[in-house]
Amino acid sequence: MVKELERAGLPTVHICTIVPISKTVGANRIVPAVAIPHPLGNPELSKEDEKALRRKILEKALEALQTDIDTQTVFEWQ
Amino acid sequence: MLKVVHYINQFFGQIGGEDKADTPPLVKEGPVGPGLALQQALGDQGKVVATIICGDSYFNEHVDEALAEILRMVEQYQPDLFVAGPAFFAGRYGIACATVCKAVQEKFGIPVVTGMYPENPGVDLCKKDVYVIKTGDSAAQMKDAITKMVKLALKMVNKEEIGTPEEEGYIPRGIRKNYFAQERASKRAVDMLVKKLKGEPYSTELPMPEFDRVPPAPAVKDLSKALVALVTSGGIVPKGNPDHIESSSASKFGKYDLEGIVALSSETHQTAHGGYDPVYANENPNRVLPVDVMRELEKEGKIGKLHRYYYATVGNGTPVAKAQQYGQAIAKELKDAGVQAVILTST
Repeated sequence: MVKELERAGLPTVHICTIVPISKTVGANRIVPAVAIPHPLGNPELSKEDEKALRRKILEKALEALQTDIDTQTVFEWQ
Repeated sequence: MLKVVHYINQFFGQIGGEDKADTPPLVKEGPVGPGLALQQALGDQGKVVATIICGDSYFNEHVDEALAEILRMVEQYQPDLFVAGPAFFAGRYGIACATVCKAVQEKFGIPVVTGMYPENPGVDLCKKDVYVIKTGDSAAQMKDAITKMVKLALKMVNKEEIGTPEEEGYIPRGIRKNYFAQERASKRAVDMLVKKLKGEPYSTELPMPEFDRVPPAPAVKDLSKALVALVTSGGIVPKGNPDHIESSSASKFGKYDLEGIVALSSETHQTAHGGYDPVYANENPNRVLPVDVMRELEKEGKIGKLHRYYYATVGNGTPVAKAQQYGQAIAKELKDAGVQAVILTST
């Protein structure tokens, strides 16, 4: 799906846990996520800290969308 | 008799389903689950001395630790042969089998074999280095897969010549071998052309590699003015799953309204995905589809606007062709709505 969205000319960032799958599939802008059952959260954190974590990942995703790239790029936030 | 070590996931290892997918590697003496069929196929030529079991989520979330521990376990048994899976169409399991097989082959220099459905993402990760028997997409083909895996593995152990992918049933590795053909190339080419003109079946001698890569779309110049959409393969749907999106092999995607929704909650939304433990997503669906923080970013002007609708499907055993179809349909709708950028989340 990521690839079809980009093919249509829509810059798309893929937030996903298993980066090798995203690379194999052909996503261009990749942001690693936290864990498979909670990619943008961590139930072990307090509500506030968890939201801050989610924000950090999304801010990285926004950065990815605003960055011109010419090849598959992983945007790390950790 | 050959000593064989077998790698399987928590499901086939009879530890449990998705709720046990975070199980760290453990080892059991003798065969477990599909290991019984493996033992049967080996007959008196080999013995499954140990089974290493690891949760699929654990492996993929802690690759380095899990791999180190698994290699330590393999070393204890000094096997002559290492078998992983088959993983069929299970993505995380396939990635684990591929990674472990490559590492075992490299570290111990013993024959390794695994089995997967050709669309499993693990295939591309290891097919150049490892023999991957081509399987069906479900465990219903277990016996056939194991039979082919064992046949090929024994040939490797006995250093017999390995046949072509068609003969042995493995996924092509991109290796070319010289051989003497019966007829010269010009005759073979003309024969092929004639068959093609007649509409008869023929097979190329040099299949072209498929590189389906999409060039990156240009960056968004000013996100503070952009309309941004959320899309997910994590199966987040309104409570009750009104469109009945299937928990695996989803036959559709859904389009859902976010108007007036400041954050998702366990009362309004849930996951329909059957490929991961749903507890955390059901408790707080923003963990998969981050509407709460997107609303904050919208309010602060970091993005222009969050698109009114989000799109969701379940990415679990979804054939590539289906995913393409959903992606194209969603792309068209988003473009028609004037969306300029997309955040797609996957579990």
